[in-house]
Amino acid sequence: MALNPFSSGTRLRDMIRAIRASKTAAEERAVVRRECAAIRTAISERGQEELRHRNMAKLMFIHMLGYPTHFGQMECLKLIAAVGYPEKRIGYLGLMLLLDERQEVLMLVTNSLKQDLNHSSPFIVGLALCALGNICSAEMARDLAPEVEKLLRSRDVNTKKKAALCSVRIVRKVPDLAENFMGLAASLLKEKHHGVLISAVQLCTELCKASKDALEYLRKNCIEGLVRILRDVSNSSYAPEYDVAGISDPFLHIRVLKLMRMLGQGDADCSEYMNDILAQVATKTESNKNAGNAILYECVETIMGIEATSGLRVLAINILGRFLSNRDNNIRYVALNILMRAITVDTQAVQRHRVTILECVKDADASIRKRALELVFLLVNDTNVKPLTKELVDYLDVADPDFKEDLTAKICSITEKFSQEKLWYLDQMFKVLSLAGNHVKDDVWHALIVVISNASELQGYAVRSLYTALRAYSEQGSLLRVAVWCIGEYGEMLVNNVGMLEAEPPITVTESDAVDAVELGFNRYSADVTTRSMCLVALLKLSSRFPSMSERIKLIVAQNKENMVLELQQRSIEFGSIIQRHQSIRSSLLERMPVLDEAAYLVKRASATQATTPAYKPASRVTPGDLKLPNGVAKPAAAPLVDLLDLSSDDAPVPSTSATTTPNDFLQDLLGIGGTNLPTAGVPSASTDILMDLLSIGSSPSQNGLLDSTSPGQAEKKPVSAVPQVVSPVPEPIDLLGSLSSSASSSAGTKSSTVVPQVVDLLDGLSASTSVSGLEDALPSITAFQSATLKIVFDLRKQLGKPQETTIHATFTNLTSTTYTDFIFQAAVPKFIQLRLDPASGNVVPASGKGSVTQGFNVTNSQHGQKPLAMRIRMSYKVNGEDRLEQGQVSNFPLGL
Amino acid sequence: MLVPPRPCNCKAVLISPGSSSSSATMIQAVMVISTLGKPRLLKFYNFQDPEKHQELVRSVFQLLSARPEGVSNFVQTDAIFGPGTKLVYKHLATLYFVFVFDSSENELAMLDLVQVFVETLNRCFKNVCELDIVFNFNKLHTVLDEMILGGQVIETSSEEIMRSVEEIARLEKQSNTTSLIPKSISERFSR
Repeated sequence: MALNPFSSGTRLRDMIRAIRASKTAAEERAVVRRECAAIRTAISERGQEELRHRNMAKLMFIHMLGYPTHFGQMECLKLIAAVGYPEKRIGYLGLMLLLDERQEVLMLVTNSLKQDLNHSSPFIVGLALCALGNICSAEMARDLAPEVEKLLRSRDVNTKKKAALCSVRIVRKVPDLAENFMGLAASLLKEKHHGVLISAVQLCTELCKASKDALEYLRKNCIEGLVRILRDVSNSSYAPEYDVAGISDPFLHIRVLKLMRMLGQGDADCSEYMNDILAQVATKTESNKNAGNAILYECVETIMGIEATSGLRVLAINILGRFLSNRDNNIRYVALNILMRAITVDTQAVQRHRVTILECVKDADASIRKRALELVFLLVNDTNVKPLTKELVDYLDVADPDFKEDLTAKICSITEKFSQEKLWYLDQMFKVLSLAGNHVKDDVWHALIVVISNASELQGYAVRSLYTALRAYSEQGSLLRVAVWCIGEYGEMLVNNVGMLEAEPPITVTESDAVDAVELGFNRYSADVTTRSMCLVALLKLSSRFPSMSERIKLIVAQNKENMVLELQQRSIEFGSIIQRHQSIRSSLLERMPVLDEAAYLVKRASATQATTPAYKPASRVTPGDLKLPNGVAKPAAAPLVDLLDLSSDDAPVPSTSATTTPNDFLQDLLGIGGTNLPTAGVPSASTDILMDLLSIGSSPSQNGLLDSTSPGQAEKKPVSAVPQVVSPVPEPIDLLGSLSSSASSSAGTKSSTVVPQVVDLLDGLSASTSVSGLEDALPSITAFQSATLKIVFDLRKQLGKPQETTIHATFTNLTSTTYTDFIFQAAVPKFIQLRLDPASGNVVPASGKGSVTQGFNVTNSQHGQKPLAMRIRMSYKVNGEDRLEQGQVSNFPLGL
Repeated sequence: MLVPPRPCNCKAVLISPGSSSSSATMIQAVMVISTLGKPRLLKFYNFQDPEKHQELVRSVFQLLSARPEGVSNFVQTDAIFGPGTKLVYKHLATLYFVFVFDSSENELAMLDLVQVFVETLNRCFKNVCELDIVFNFNKLHTVLDEMILGGQVIETSSEEIMRSVEEIARLEKQSNTTSLIPKSISERFSR
């Protein structure tokens, strides 16, 4: 026989050695490439049958190292078709490693498998069964199921157990075949050999999963057998070869228990039948070894899974209690796992082990800590929240840095959820902020600010505690933010010790100290734009709280006039001019924030957490964090704006609560959407509706008059909050314009809403709700809009029997002496109203009221009787070719539309 | 409630051929990885793309090498092997023995199974060391095939397993002796 010197001459051992001797990855690749080339040559040449075996072994090694070996697949099939045992064995091994059920090549092997399954040697049959059990596809399962069934009846135990597991795979692939196997599977349970029993029990389990009929059949026919098997193994003191650490055959125990769980689930008779033996296993199994605990663990699972008696359940939970105090990490780990599921079955029983579980939170093992923390979270209730929180907060101080985040989130969530008194909540939050302020999520500290804002009697305490904490833990980001916000708002309470609590230690803070604290915060290297912006706002506010500090603050603020960050630069310049030039309005401008509405915040937070994730992304570049809050809360950017607007609320003080009557509420709704969307123009958003669209343009001029310099800054930030706000269809009384609405309504209300200067256009409608008098019956015309240039009159008509529907006929009249061309009227309504516009009679409105354009439209109020009709309108037209735009809100519709 | 096997729902999942459902109780993979991150034995019972094998080895190795001494032997591996999967490992000498399985398996039992595997190898090689495993990876496969079939435990007595393995070795040798002469000649020529 001529031997090619290039054929793979090296032995497997030599190849492995060569690969191991490679110093670099490149060297290894070279060796493998050489070997692969040799093997390819050997494959393509004939007459080297005796080398196939060795080449395949090499290929498998190469495959394990991650190199492609597909060229060897056909070689596997040839080896399988060979006569000798070694060739077949390596062929099947290769088949299992190199091929998978998805490859078509596999179909070619079905025939060889069939032959081998019928082979006289049990070893060759074993090889075929093993391969089939590992890789068989649905087609092969159908083709070869009869052979496997036959082998289940074989006398050889090795064949029998392999055939049983092979059937598992077959049934998994083709569940329809389950019925063919169930009789055989049940009869296998009568065997004595443990290996066969394990396989048979697994087959039964699989059959139960695959078919309901099989489940019923096995319930009827094998429950007795299972109980007997379990009794035999747990009673037999001597079965040395299956002993694992003195426990006889834990695996069989476990498989049987698992099958019992399946049979007993939802079946009271079956469950009752098992009660005794389960109790026996639960009490008699020794728990000082892993194997024993494995059985107990499975037994507990089964007791929890079936319709067990309550006594048995108590027994099970007690076993878990013992597990928890076990020194072995593995045991504690599984105990926590299963307790988590048991908590839904019996919370009280799990509560009893609270102390032990709490200890596990402090475990050195991260996965145990994580589980235990989750479990503690589930165990918290109103009665135990205080001690549990204390434990967790204490632990926060010494916890692993990478565990702090989880722990912090859970503590925050617990304190928020179970807080019964505000003082306790604040204390806990201050501790968390101090110990892990860098891990506190934004919505958590936002919520904290909302609470502080609402707790007027605790504001002094809060600002003093935060000030003290800040001195000790200045590196905690969110602590800094909250503290700075509070110092800005309640600075004088800090200095004057206003509202001291009984147990509170007195501290002496001068005005200069307070400014120092904020300045220090501003200069911290870790402070981001949001924090710095907040610091600037706080400084601005302090300049009004502490007039003596005004000069110093002006200097600090002025330092940032050339800041690289646009946001800070802009603020610095704006604030500087407020301090310097607007002394007269400063104090009222920098009034304390109005109380933030807790309920509204919670709603918004809930909807924001659901909907903002995508909306957040583009925003983060501006000011991460302060997005989804009502303007005042944590949106320092908006603070000056709100304050400016608050000005008006001081002139006409109307408590916001009284303003939120039903019609107004709804208007705020409109404004809530409108207000926050003002500058959204150009921000494409899926949820944009016409209303938003409409508002987006008109509002900026209306602001410009008021807030020349701040609005660009706003424009940067606003789009961010637009999306979450639109998503929540809930009135938001503390919105930008929400606060306006409450204030303006009384002042504007006197003017019966028809003539409104353009600057306050947006607010126009607010007054309307008050100006309506009893006009329901006649449905007269209303003047929907009037400015110096344009007048719009609505003729209203109702159709009989359709109270929800209103037909409106609009007449547009030009009040100037120039003709309007390209006149377009647009209207927008809240979501619960439907609007259908007819075409207008023309697009040219003659000058000086000599003729007019008319347009009809239909509105349907789906909440007729609950909410009144309201509408925003926009008119665009050209005067001498120049674009003009007007807009307003129509809310003087008669009641009952 | 405990997560129970759902006899009726399972059918819908299992009926699609070719997809082994993750809710099925099974061992998904057995790996032996050296403490330097080299794979010494890979066996997947759920199909895994061969191109992904090395990546899996790497992720498992990273996971294990980062674990300190004296912590539990179980790790959740949802990110590596899909949701609900766990692995149990044993670190012996220079090797990690890793069994990957899904959530319905009994973790403690899996730990014992690793023990059985290692004990069997010990019997097989008389104090097994990494080199034995490197050069006899075929034999490891033989042992494994006698212990686990298609992701299900087939035999847990290391004595029984050894009996079969020895029988197989005897058979292989027998066949080898019949082809001894041509083989020895060919080997001489090829050197």
